[in-house]
Amino acid sequence: MKKILVGTTKGLVIFEQKATAWKIAKVHFMGLPVSLVYVDERTNTWWAGLAHRHWGQKLHYSTDEGQKWHSVPMPKYPKDAEVKLGKRATLKKIWSMSHAGFDKPGELWMGTEPGGLFHSADNGQSFHLVESLWNHPSRIDENQWFGAGRDFPFIHSIAVNPRNSDHVYIAVSCAGVFETKDGGKSWNPRNKGLIAAYLPNPHVEVGHDPHLMLVCQSNPDVIWQQNHCGIFRSEDAALSWENVTDSSGIADYGFALAIDHQNPERAWVIPAVSDEVRVAHDLALCVCRTEDGGKTWQPLRNGLPQEFCFDIVFRHALANKNEILVFGSTTGNLFLSQDAGEHWQCLSSNLARIDYVALA
Amino acid sequence: MAKISFTSALKRFFPDLKEELHLPGTKVSEIMTHLEKQYPGLTDYLVDEDGSLRKHINIFVDGQLIHDRQNLSDSIKENDEILIFQALSGG
Repeated sequence: MKKILVGTTKGLVIFEQKATAWKIAKVHFMGLPVSLVYVDERTNTWWAGLAHRHWGQKLHYSTDEGQKWHSVPMPKYPKDAEVKLGKRATLKKIWSMSHAGFDKPGELWMGTEPGGLFHSADNGQSFHLVESLWNHPSRIDENQWFGAGRDFPFIHSIAVNPRNSDHVYIAVSCAGVFETKDGGKSWNPRNKGLIAAYLPNPHVEVGHDPHLMLVCQSNPDVIWQQNHCGIFRSEDAALSWENVTDSSGIADYGFALAIDHQNPERAWVIPAVSDEVRVAHDLALCVCRTEDGGKTWQPLRNGLPQEFCFDIVFRHALANKNEILVFGSTTGNLFLSQDAGEHWQCLSSNLARIDYVALA
Repeated sequence: MAKISFTSALKRFFPDLKEELHLPGTKVSEIMTHLEKQYPGLTDYLVDEDGSLRKHINIFVDGQLIHDRQNLSDSIKENDEILIFQALSGG
């Protein structure tokens, strides 16, 4: 890992390691809200989504690590696509991107609000709505797909099975997890075992609120999600979910999640006080790690501030590679650990709100 | 021909954008079509994908805010002055 890409509300900030210290090397899109950062590991292409207040959503990419940026036409919903009866769907926000597999060069997936999944077959030069998901009966029913903290549902997680690129999972707030095994031609909900405590029937098939979902690359049957209603893990490729929330501790509500792709038993979350308050627990920053598939969670605080922390860590603001973890918070703090969370150092406490962190 | 002027903020994204343009058209929507031809991608900054004016963009025709933000059907007369600004949102 050579660079940390930090998407903030005031630009894309690039940190580089110089000698032993990490320093800011460059700021791209100065003053503009960077709402998505994605590094396509196949080609080391950097993608940046901008959420202009005035000019709408924009998407840019760089093939030379930010020396030059190019813009692409924005994905468009078909003219007859309705987000609900009588209301035309238009792009509100790009939430997530993923390459479509090493055996599918040039193909990309994109998750958006209001609930549209897009696919590109030409390296992002054009995107097309995946109609099979858009027309899924559950999406058309407003009682099953709905907004959470936003006006409309949004697709924030896309995970391609490393053993079969036609096998893709997505996660939607609010709707839940959906799976395709035929490259996107058909989709099925995969939410058995999840809890939707905010609904009259917490065990609905669709209507769940995963905050982030990740698939273990060395064992893709193991899938994790930080959910609005706790932490869940599957060992059977999302056919069922087990609640691994720490009922006696703080690893419960939150947004961010990282998993060890070589060890399906290990994961990290950054807890927050419930949806009504949304601050760090006891106003003290803490990362929780499990080494046993979520049976127990260990709080990690060494190097993290423990007084008057109002920080929240959003769903895409925690990234990891090997033993390195980096997270950024709503108050512009950026923290790094190089030993799997045992010790932390603050790289900056003066950034704008951090929405996205990626490693390159 | 109508005279078109822009907020300077757009120069950041379209460095070649002239401060003043003269374009034909009898409706605001026709002006948009000509703008897109001269500066591909520019109208995406001004209108939503359904063709309506973006929420935080204002267009003035001879000093008056246009009425039809949805279809941009406001009439343009010869020598009208059209100003394209961003709204003062956010204080």
